[in-house]
Amino acid sequence: MSSAVDTSTRRDILGASAIRPDGSAKVQGRFEFSSDLHAENMLWGATLRSPHPYARIISIDLSSAYKISGVEAIITADDVPGKKTYGLISSDQPVFAKDFVRYVGEPIAAVAADHPETCRRALAAIKVDYEVMSPLTDAELAIQSTTPPIHPDGNVIRRQQILTGDQNLQGEIIVEGTYEIGMQDQAFLGLEAALAMPDSGGKGIEMFVATQWLHEDQKQIAACLDLPNEKVRLTLGGVGGAFGAREDISLQVHCALLALRTSRPIKMQYSREESFYGHVHRHPAKISMRHHATREGEILRIEARLVFDGGAYASTSSAVLINGVTHIQGPYRCANATVDGYAVRTNNPPCGAMRGFGVVQACYAHESQMDKLAIACGLSPVEVRLRNAMVTGDKLITGQVVESVAPVARCIRETDAIPLPAPLAENAHPLEIVGGSGLTSLPHNIVRGVGWGVSIKNLMYSETFDDFATARCQLKDGVATLKYATVEVGQGFVVLAPQIARSVLGVDEVVLDTVDTGIGSAGSTSASRQTWMSGGAVDGACRLVRQRLFEHVGKKYNIDPLRLVIEDTDVVDMIGDFRISVIEASSGVLIDETFEHHHRPTEELDENGQGNCHVAFAFVAHRAVVDVDVELGLVKVIQIATAQDVGRVLNPIAALGQIEGGIAQGLGLAVMEEIVLEKGKMRNPSFTDYLLPTALDAPTVVAVMIEEPEPQAPLGAKGIGEPPCISVTPAIAAAIRNATGKDLPRVPIRPQDICF
Amino acid sequence: MNPNSEIYNLRVNGKTYEIRDSWVGESLLYVLRERLNLPGTKGACEQGECGSCTVIMDGQAVCSCLVMAATAIDSEIKTVENVSAGDSLTEVQDAFVTEGGVQCGFCTPGLVVAIEHLLSQNSDPSEIEIKEAISGNICRCTGYGRIFEAVDKAVSVRKAKTL
Repeated sequence: MSSAVDTSTRRDILGASAIRPDGSAKVQGRFEFSSDLHAENMLWGATLRSPHPYARIISIDLSSAYKISGVEAIITADDVPGKKTYGLISSDQPVFAKDFVRYVGEPIAAVAADHPETCRRALAAIKVDYEVMSPLTDAELAIQSTTPPIHPDGNVIRRQQILTGDQNLQGEIIVEGTYEIGMQDQAFLGLEAALAMPDSGGKGIEMFVATQWLHEDQKQIAACLDLPNEKVRLTLGGVGGAFGAREDISLQVHCALLALRTSRPIKMQYSREESFYGHVHRHPAKISMRHHATREGEILRIEARLVFDGGAYASTSSAVLINGVTHIQGPYRCANATVDGYAVRTNNPPCGAMRGFGVVQACYAHESQMDKLAIACGLSPVEVRLRNAMVTGDKLITGQVVESVAPVARCIRETDAIPLPAPLAENAHPLEIVGGSGLTSLPHNIVRGVGWGVSIKNLMYSETFDDFATARCQLKDGVATLKYATVEVGQGFVVLAPQIARSVLGVDEVVLDTVDTGIGSAGSTSASRQTWMSGGAVDGACRLVRQRLFEHVGKKYNIDPLRLVIEDTDVVDMIGDFRISVIEASSGVLIDETFEHHHRPTEELDENGQGNCHVAFAFVAHRAVVDVDVELGLVKVIQIATAQDVGRVLNPIAALGQIEGGIAQGLGLAVMEEIVLEKGKMRNPSFTDYLLPTALDAPTVVAVMIEEPEPQAPLGAKGIGEPPCISVTPAIAAAIRNATGKDLPRVPIRPQDICF
Repeated sequence: MNPNSEIYNLRVNGKTYEIRDSWVGESLLYVLRERLNLPGTKGACEQGECGSCTVIMDGQAVCSCLVMAATAIDSEIKTVENVSAGDSLTEVQDAFVTEGGVQCGFCTPGLVVAIEHLLSQNSDPSEIEIKEAISGNICRCTGYGRIFEAVDKAVSVRKAKTL
């Protein structure tokens, strides 16, 4: 499915804007996404979902549905042979609801039939009797011990405090606020889809699936099917974006169960509405903060209380909470902290991973506070941030020392040096004016605003998790073949891996083997980690192969292998005249090496939130320029200036694509994207009602990449996926505040927040 | 699934296809993908909001998810599979690849069809005309910056070729 050959003859090594090997197939419509897969004799699968946020299931009657011609199987909780639940951190989510449904959209049954329309009719014919119960939809209520638990595991998924330094210290300057962040959807375009092919005899299954982490899926699916892991073989189906939403299981277990039940291939594919129900979202959060500072604006102490609404099931809520509380100080020095955080269970839709992972929420709060601090101290937004900017060696509120390169001040200064955009021209095209082609905005109502956001983001998994990555490299006749289970969701590992092999081995032709569970785990494509982790694994495997190649050449030509190096596409003796092409040097031999890259160990946080819980950090600054129609409450983001700490640029165009794409998602959260809930029910599960940034909403992005190679990172490069979407949201909010003078404590900022 | 299904013909990419045993309610998008083995056209919203399913129908760019296939019997339909053949890419496709306009690639076929259509009507579009032309095509990965670059490059390459 994901095999690709890159035979480009340019030296597309690290640092070059190498061309994606999947690019041609994607522009011609030939690339196989998981939704494009077919099999002989295939059936379609579909899922029955709860219409209630909280109800007891009294009975399920499948008899009418079975009478529909074309229906081959219907399965419920009673048909799960193995573990009845799954989950990323704690296994608390039922494969199918049995006694209770806890959110709108919770799966109850699945159908296999000959046509998607037959499936739809069969689902409509299943009769479920419910005793509807009053849903718990208020995260604050979930914290209270008097609230009845909606799940055997209780309503508080995790509480974590951080208590450090003087708990009573008061600053001469105190600023405070309470901030809210709405529920954002990842809204990847390639809907959830999988094809499951049962082994004959029903003792195993092969699945082609769009996911972020093949081995984690394999483990969870196998447990539910009561099969050994090796009997559940996963191959990556083409993935149309992920952004965190594919880290949890969605249709995988249902699809596999139907295939084993019917002994026929099953294809499942969600609709957009079902996709909104079928995957986790960004946690809505409420964060209260108080900053204590000197009159000069130096932060002395922070107090914070964070409440993340995890929805009905835990997913990654406990890790999201840890990211929230440990990043609440922002990229600023702070010696004293009193922080209390909760991730709670409610009857709202489950929340889990989304790009930025808990730090987006924290950043919105701390950056809103920094602007208040600037005003209270009579400083500019830039000056107050520079005065507090952390540097390498500073101690975080967790007690962890920032060992990463930390060019916070440089990020701010280089962003500040980017020229501001020209004022709105008097003869501007209507589409360049806020309000757009309707010409609704009167020129005298349009006010320009400028705002700032700066952030710190952890890279890789935290709190003792060893999220290693595995890669295998084979070299023969000048061709390197790479094998790994690293998921390509669009981010570009598919172009980076060959660049690494070319740089290390001096080859030009790199073949990428199928991405599947036929090799060790690569960990998840998330947490800005694959360039570092899988990049490190590919680099390590290639280095082992190179060492073996030098040994082979040394033996054959009687040269000490330690004198050999790769120069362009040749093996060269550093202190002699010997030179031979890598193609010739590797002719007739097969060198095959596998390497696991592990990051350094991390620690759990203790009860006071102390511990070296994170691996490394990256930093970024954003400055937003907006035009606001202050009468109608309309916003147009004109320009985003950014300087991002990237360590080292490995592929300039791919890196810029991550930065621009992340900024668009942060813009979405700032001014348009929110899943609106009413008593636990989504009001807008469609692209008609959940608004995403279009080409006309895209601001001009001026980006600077700050290259200070990270010593810990195998290639010197930090992860770059998440930082772009983090501080751009508060920067835009600050720009709107600057234009309107409004407090605007909540994102997304809606027209009514501005004009009323 | 339906014994009372209709039989009808569709003209797609210059070929006539007979559609048999189909349910009359199927969208053009479904028929292209699931019956005609033309999966290049993608479905992502089923509401005409995202443009992933853009095809050319009688010279107009339309969302194939909103067209009932059985109503398209008298139409000439062109899909992304018709844009280029074999290894040869059009200037637009090539620029998407070289300028970073492709990430996950799910929106890409729809965008390629929409931009080819734009350039067939207007060989030298302004920045705002480009933005307007693709404002019905949602891309969640790129933030559109590299896509604008790709269109600019394709336009300039085409101009250079016609000089």
